[in-house]
Amino acid sequence: MSSRRRFARDRHGRIRPGLEAPERDLLRMLPQQARELVDHDDPTSQRLFPVAYPDDAAAQSDYSQMMGGSLLEHHQHALDTLVSTVDKTTIDTDELNGWLGAVEVLRLLLGTQLDVSEDFTEIDRADPRADQFTVYQYLSMLQNEIVDTLAAALPRDGTAT
Amino acid sequence: MTGPGTEVQPVEADEPTGGEDVRPDRPWLVIVWNDPINLMSYVTFVFQKLFGFSRDKATKLMLDVHHKGRAVVSSGPRERAELDVFRLHEHGLWATMEQSS
Repeated sequence: MSSRRRFARDRHGRIRPGLEAPERDLLRMLPQQARELVDHDDPTSQRLFPVAYPDDAAAQSDYSQMMGGSLLEHHQHALDTLVSTVDKTTIDTDELNGWLGAVEVLRLLLGTQLDVSEDFTEIDRADPRADQFTVYQYLSMLQNEIVDTLAAALPRDGTAT
Repeated sequence: MTGPGTEVQPVEADEPTGGEDVRPDRPWLVIVWNDPINLMSYVTFVFQKLFGFSRDKATKLMLDVHHKGRAVVSSGPRERAELDVFRLHEHGLWATMEQSS
């Protein structure tokens, strides 16, 4: 299953997500859970709103007030895009960017809940977090595959002058 | 875009009285910090996408973040730096900004 490319482009440049039904079910369900965490100000959701000015409380407060709403909107738009296009046969690059953003939000929330560290690569099957960790690993694999497809369309030498 | 960095500066600033450096031209640095969640491939991609870096430069910066714990990814006026931080936050990266010393 892991050798199959999930986000191959067709000859028109559109992407045909090769997801199994259980994957689509999961990707429809997780954004709902994410939205509940954010709506209820769960401490986990703080990770979606990083601090810009760690040493300047006043500047940070201004930044949060000014940008917090747009940041929330950005994350919600990504989650909505995933839910509304997960069953489509083909999606375009903008939609795949939405998927990438949604998977990022889901990984940040789940990774924070699991308190992952860089050497946290496996978990005992008896651990009560084992199922969550499996989902986290699935999302990591999915994100890598989405990045592969999107990065292939970027100029290798960049555009910065 | 407006932001905290866009407030109007007084035309006639007081002379510095020593101690605090108030030179307005010191650039702001945008710093990305290592975190245990974001994937290396993803961080590299975000650097390429947001800053137009080559694959090699984006990879080098990502490795700096990974091995040294942080890397400066852009610098400039406060407004510009704040926009970069915001775009990095949109992409889930742990970015902060500080004025260079």
